Amino acid sequence: MLKFIARRFVNYLILVFIATSLAYILGSLTLDPRARYEGRNPPISEASLHASLQERNADPSTPVLTRYGHWIGGVVHGDFGKQIVGDEEVSTEIKRRAGVSLRLLLLGTIFGAVGGVLIGVLGAVRQRKPADVASTVASYVLLASPTVVVIVVVQTIFVWIYHKGGPLIPATGEYNSNLQGIEFWTDRAKRLIMPTMVLALFGISFFSRYQRSAMLDVLGSDFLRTARAKGLTRQRALFKHGVRTALIPIVTFFAYSFGLLLTGATFTEKLFGWHGMGEYLINSVQSHDVNAVAAVACFTAVLVLFSGLLSDILYAALDPRVRSK
Amino acid sequence: MSMSPQEIFEVASPAVSDPDATDQHVEAGQPITRGRLILRRFLRQKSGIAALVVLVLIFLLAYFGPYLTHWKFDDFDQTNILTGPDSNHFLGVDEVGRDVYARTLKGLQKSLVIGLVAALVTTSIAAVAGSIAGYFGGFIDITVVWIIDLLLVLPGFLILAILSPALAGKTWLWLVVLLAVFGWMVTGRVVRGMAMSLRERDYVHAAKFMGVPALTIIRRHLLPNMASLLIVDVTINVGGTILAETGLSFFGFGVQPPDVSMGTVLSDAQPLATTYPHVFMFGAGLLVLTVLCVSVIGDALRDAIDPSSGSSRL
Amino acid sequence: MTVTDKTLPDREPAGSPAGSPLLEVSDLTVSFGSEAGPVRAVRGVSYTVRPGETLAIVGESGSGKSVSSLAVMGLLPSSAVVTGSIRFKGTELLGLNDRRLSKLRGSGISMVFQDPLSALTPVYTIGDQIAEAVRIHQEVSKNQAHARAVELLDLVGIPNARLRADSFPHEFSGGMRQRAMIAMAIANDPDLIIADEPTTALDVTIQAQVLEVLKKAKEATNAATVLITHDLGVVAGFADRVMVMYSGKSVELAPVDEVFYTPRMPYTMGLLGSIPRMDVEEKEPLIPIEGTPPSLVSLPSGCPFQPRCPIAVDLCRTVEPPLADTDRPLHWAACHRSLEIAQRGWSAADVFVRPALPPADASLPPVREERDVVLALDNVHRAFPIRKGAVIRRTVGSVRAVDGVSFDIRQGETLGLVGESGCGKTTTIMEVMNLLEPQQGRIVVLGKDTGTLKNSDRRKMRADLSIVFQDPMASLDPRMPIGDILAEPMWVQKIPDERIKARTAELLQLVGLAPEHASRYPAEFSGGQRQRIGIARALALDPKVIVLDEPVSALDVSIQAGVINLLDELKVRMGLSYLFVAHDLSVVRHIADRVAVMYLGRIVEIGTTREIFAAPSHPYTQALLSAIPLPDPVKERSRKRILLSGDLPSPADVPSGCRFSSRCFVFAEQLDAEQQATCKGVDPGLYELGGDHRAACHFAKVREVV
Repeated sequence: MLKFIARRFVNYLILVFIATSLAYILGSLTLDPRARYEGRNPPISEASLHASLQERNADPSTPVLTRYGHWIGGVVHGDFGKQIVGDEEVSTEIKRRAGVSLRLLLLGTIFGAVGGVLIGVLGAVRQRKPADVASTVASYVLLASPTVVVIVVVQTIFVWIYHKGGPLIPATGEYNSNLQGIEFWTDRAKRLIMPTMVLALFGISFFSRYQRSAMLDVLGSDFLRTARAKGLTRQRALFKHGVRTALIPIVTFFAYSFGLLLTGATFTEKLFGWHGMGEYLINSVQSHDVNAVAAVACFTAVLVLFSGLLSDILYAALDPRVRSK
Repeated sequence: MSMSPQEIFEVASPAVSDPDATDQHVEAGQPITRGRLILRRFLRQKSGIAALVVLVLIFLLAYFGPYLTHWKFDDFDQTNILTGPDSNHFLGVDEVGRDVYARTLKGLQKSLVIGLVAALVTTSIAAVAGSIAGYFGGFIDITVVWIIDLLLVLPGFLILAILSPALAGKTWLWLVVLLAVFGWMVTGRVVRGMAMSLRERDYVHAAKFMGVPALTIIRRHLLPNMASLLIVDVTINVGGTILAETGLSFFGFGVQPPDVSMGTVLSDAQPLATTYPHVFMFGAGLLVLTVLCVSVIGDALRDAIDPSSGSSRL
Repeated sequence: MTVTDKTLPDREPAGSPAGSPLLEVSDLTVSFGSEAGPVRAVRGVSYTVRPGETLAIVGESGSGKSVSSLAVMGLLPSSAVVTGSIRFKGTELLGLNDRRLSKLRGSGISMVFQDPLSALTPVYTIGDQIAEAVRIHQEVSKNQAHARAVELLDLVGIPNARLRADSFPHEFSGGMRQRAMIAMAIANDPDLIIADEPTTALDVTIQAQVLEVLKKAKEATNAATVLITHDLGVVAGFADRVMVMYSGKSVELAPVDEVFYTPRMPYTMGLLGSIPRMDVEEKEPLIPIEGTPPSLVSLPSGCPFQPRCPIAVDLCRTVEPPLADTDRPLHWAACHRSLEIAQRGWSAADVFVRPALPPADASLPPVREERDVVLALDNVHRAFPIRKGAVIRRTVGSVRAVDGVSFDIRQGETLGLVGESGCGKTTTIMEVMNLLEPQQGRIVVLGKDTGTLKNSDRRKMRADLSIVFQDPMASLDPRMPIGDILAEPMWVQKIPDERIKARTAELLQLVGLAPEHASRYPAEFSGGQRQRIGIARALALDPKVIVLDEPVSALDVSIQAGVINLLDELKVRMGLSYLFVAHDLSVVRHIADRVAVMYLGRIVEIGTTREIFAAPSHPYTQALLSAIPLPDPVKERSRKRILLSGDLPSPADVPSGCRFSSRCFVFAEQLDAEQQATCKGVDPGLYELGGDHRAACHFAKVREVV
């Protein structure tokens, strides 16, 4: 079992390395850091431009592979280079932003997975009853909606609630630095509501779909029939033998769903004005910041690695057939 | 319990998930072609038909709707900034004087085309790569699985964002290519799994023992037997690529100006969404409706092709 | 059509104690909705089961035998419409809610299902699943329930029950899983056990073990048993009474001897006549029942068997006969002509037509040694490496699937290759069909060594060597019309299109189908017809040798006979040689000229069919033959079974010396220490026993077991 996990870990590590390298090389080929300097007013001298680019390991005249070698040498020591604009180190910026994104992702995933599994199970058990139909239609609509639309709808709803005399939930920003003490923290918690909700909604619609269909697969299985032949009622057989078995295939979707949530988080951060990694990606691509883009890619790959590893472990924990391998 | 009656009969059922095998008992003796049967089952699903009708209407609207107004998508009507819907501007005007109706439909055209073409290309790549990997196994398989895993480590959105500067000034067809190249992995995996199980079918063994070349076996026996999966997959991918394209274009990473797509339309309208909903909601609603219809059709199609998948996956 | 009260078989069954019936099923009907209309799976079935008796329900696929018992358990899907009455100990079960039925399930009536792998929950241990069954109906602590589970596992013969209780289903072999299912079924001392094809998925020697366990379980609980099966041999040895089902109706109901020796319904007669008999030596063509069972959606008018019945009269075509009295007591049959059958003393051979075989090819030399060898294997090995390791995978051992197999087949001859699953017979034929050089040893096809073939020669050779697969569903591409399926081997050999077209029509006729069928798809054919198409494809290029991989084992008995006759006929007419792989020794006795018995990758005994069946000399052959139930109740009762202990050892870990010694009854019971040392120390070769007959046993001795 441990060996199985270890093998997966090594495999993931290599993947992260290659994926990050790929992102750097692709970024170096398509992004044009020079453009950030050239259009400036007053114009920057060719010499200082060159020096700036050199300092940031982003000089297009240096061959890509040389730049890559230099970059990877730094990454090994935790040095992701300097941002193209300003004198900030990329790693400093990442430290500031990673927590913001992680908080959002973690909460979104937990609410999404737990809520989705519960709704999926209920949907399958109460198949074609009103609750099932309602949750099915809702997840259909959600999965058909771009994140932007969901965000706007959620914002509109909260604005409407406020107009009806409800509490004011700030729609943008992660915190208000003008507030102090308790007030600061309650404000901050309030600001967490909408973005988390948006992410959780996607998670719920995604997981409930798969959980429901895994449950329906199990519903027709021979072992459920055996459980009922032993004397378990339909409901008890379903909860004791069905849910447990249906969870197994879901776990594999966990890693995959994380990638989707990351994309969703990008929109969420950007539109709610959170300074997280997603927003960083958008800004860096727009500002042609190769170093920052590669760092975000690395961060993403590591996250996917951990979620993949987690789903492997959960898989082995849930399924004895995997464990004995 | 969702057992089908066929399963309960003591069919000496081999471990096949083949839809025909499960149908066999009911259909034996009464020739009805597979195509007709699928059509019949599809037609019986009201949701699928409704979605199909709505989707056709959306297509008609996207391509013939623009002729209902004299405003073009790139006209500016400086006299009517941010006015609401009226008989002149069916859906009002945005903050720089563009007709929301004309602009949205123009964007819808592009998004529909990109979704359709990219979905076809995506599924084709998945079918070829997946079936070759699954059939040959060994080194080829390891390589393809590695590529799939690698591409899954980085979300497609991220890679496409990185690559987007290269799209500047190029035709939208390049976007289609990129969407497909970075979007085929999940289907590819499923196809590979199916190819691996089909490879062990006796009819594939039979072909091998007759001396049929491997690529011919893939073309003649593997791909046709996955056709139903692939058709359903195209439908699902249409929705997926439309959403992906919208997301990318929203941030300026996708369709480049002067082209208009739903992503750029929504992107322009989003800041006004809560204050001037009419600018945003028409486009958003149309887009959601389109993707919704496509996925409902996909599900209905799957149920029609393979009833044992349960009329109720979703 | 319903059974009237007068004809209800509610009288005393022979040999069972008096008393009120335990289970009374009357006028049960079950139907399902489907594309093509309602499927009437069960149409008015009535029977009773008395305490302690065993009722066997026999029938072919789609006869409604399983559906009717699932209805008793209340486990049919909600889409099923059930009418009639099911009374258990006087209580009506139909219409009871799930909660009340659950109280009964597992304690009053319990069930053993067919496929024990999918029937056990994969994520819980065997012990937990049995303990759960105990705790549902009994107020006991967790520990007590677990102790009881271990006790039960011990009772059904699981060695090291305490330890094995903690195993998961996938860690058990098929036979052990079925034992665990039986343990679960008897956990609450039920009054009735319904066993639905409990041994169908198992090998014969394991089947013999499991049937023994089932008998023991029955004795331990004194429960009545309903045994659902298609195997008339199992019925003969196990049942007190038999109900024969056809197209959702009960067509004959009688004590077991009556059904076997004086059947009164042509279908039962046909079934008995169509099975090849292991205990009969003469090689007469089998008596097939023409046609296929009717679709349950569109039943014929009158008697459902009428389209296939050679003695059907006009009345049969209009009125469906009820299950009625016959000339004999306690014997009911649903046939308008049952009295006539009794009066005239008709047997299967009188009612059905026994087809004639063309005479043997006179041009072949009569002496085996003078005929050409068409296929020869010489010490062929095939091993699959086992790899382990966290990051770097290294080979740590190998599965020796084929471990030195030699045999030859001469022109016009059929070699039966028999053995249980895992013995390596499938790997052997795959090695032959691949036409590549084996890992070790030699394969010679029509005088050419496969190791030295060039690719173009190999393709040409594929025309001379073809294969027919077991499963007629899986062996034909469902997306191809029959014409293309038959044309495919000819495309490979680049035969011109017009010749292919003519040949396709010819082939279809050859196997008893019509040339018009070429444009249809496999799904439109029944199992037997598909197998004929598979045979036609194998014949397309006029091969010399055909490998038949269990060609009839997936078919119903009544269909089997026709296919076997076809194979017999084609062999004679086209001068073919067969390598016939099978686990069913009755079929092998009927069709083969020579037989090779495989065990763990080796041939342990080989000889003429007569030698193997009349004078089996290897203990494994003897056990194998004795495990096969005969469709003859009197013989069955007097037979003594040789029960093998345990399961087949893993081919990754072959016992030292004689590979059979770990399960050998001779080794365990009849040899002294010195002799045992020989078995453990020396791997026996195939010793000659006279003539062509050889066995790999140090102490080979003829035992009569059939």
